[in-house]
Amino acid sequence: MKTDDLIRILSTNVEPIDRRQVEREVAAAVGIGTAAAVGAVLIFSGPRADVSDARALTFLMLKLAFAIAIIVTASIYLVRLARPGGEMRTKITWAGWPFLGIALLAAISLVLAPLWHWHTMGTDWLECLLSIPLIAIVPFAVVIWVVRRMAPTDLTRTGALAGLVAGGMSAAGYALHCTDDSLPFIALWYGGTIALCMLAGAVLGPRLLRW
Amino acid sequence: MAVDETELKRLMVTALAGDAGAYRVLLDQVSRYLRGYFTAKLTRYGRGAAEAEDLVQEVLLAIHTRRHTYNPDEPFTPWMHAIARYKLIDHLRRTDAMQANLPIDDVGEIASQGDHVQVESGYDLQRLLSRLPEKMRRAIQCVKIDGMSVAETAKRCGMSESAVKVNVHRGLRALAAAIGREDRT
Repeated sequence: MKTDDLIRILSTNVEPIDRRQVEREVAAAVGIGTAAAVGAVLIFSGPRADVSDARALTFLMLKLAFAIAIIVTASIYLVRLARPGGEMRTKITWAGWPFLGIALLAAISLVLAPLWHWHTMGTDWLECLLSIPLIAIVPFAVVIWVVRRMAPTDLTRTGALAGLVAGGMSAAGYALHCTDDSLPFIALWYGGTIALCMLAGAVLGPRLLRW
Repeated sequence: MAVDETELKRLMVTALAGDAGAYRVLLDQVSRYLRGYFTAKLTRYGRGAAEAEDLVQEVLLAIHTRRHTYNPDEPFTPWMHAIARYKLIDHLRRTDAMQANLPIDDVGEIASQGDHVQVESGYDLQRLLSRLPEKMRRAIQCVKIDGMSVAETAKRCGMSESAVKVNVHRGLRALAAAIGREDRT
């Protein structure tokens, strides 16, 4: 095939392109993924029953805030890395600030809590450890499916961000069900499992995102 | 070969708005740049420069099917370059095991070709097209090769206009995906 012929083919009848398509598609994927995660939790395990309680509500809001902070931050970075060369212009490390925030809060609460109180901080950790990665599978697939058609050039980092967004969406869903209300629990088990999703994304990225 | 960022960016922004003429000039300039870039790189890695034109075409297709990832707030050259670099690394990895190095005089011969020589890759367009699903092949044939309008094509193929556009789009994406995996003729 002659290169001139290819150029002629490509430049015949070109359609105009929406310059915000990448942002729109990532936003749509986040919307669909979050709906899937929330839907799965509501259908299979049901929301926590004690939302009328002020303390329970506070912790629910706190978990949601943590999850949403992760979703928003990670999708902003994902939009950048989904474009060719995005990794050159972006410092991905800032995507970790919600983890730092929750770890700080947890440390403060541990310092303030009486020592005999520590053993009550977290009992459902196994459920959390299994639920968040499991619920994250569908959101992760949705995000990967969308990003595959963009043009990331650092597949490991992009995969990690896709995993991070998916972990955040999953945590937002799981928070509706989870009744373990302590800051160290959230920091360790929410933070830990979301980080696990990120790691899985980094490992799978080069395979799933190749173009 | 030097690139004129201001000019390329202007062409790209105009092309993204749907200007076919600007797009053609852009792809032509980009292909000249890419040809030099890939020939130099492949030679440095001890690979045959004959692969350069395959890569040029692979990148042109990638630029086309992924042009929505260009952000007009940013410069054009680094965007294009990131794609070229990605495709070069991918190509080197993919062909590492199966490629034998070409003798060095082959390289000189190809590198000395002028800009205006008709340059050809090892890909066979008709063969690539023949592997696409019928609807995509017809849509590409009518709209992109014969230059018929989307409306005319829709009427002739009995598809809606949006179906024609979708088939052209999907077909080119399938073509871009196939081209990397194609054995060269």
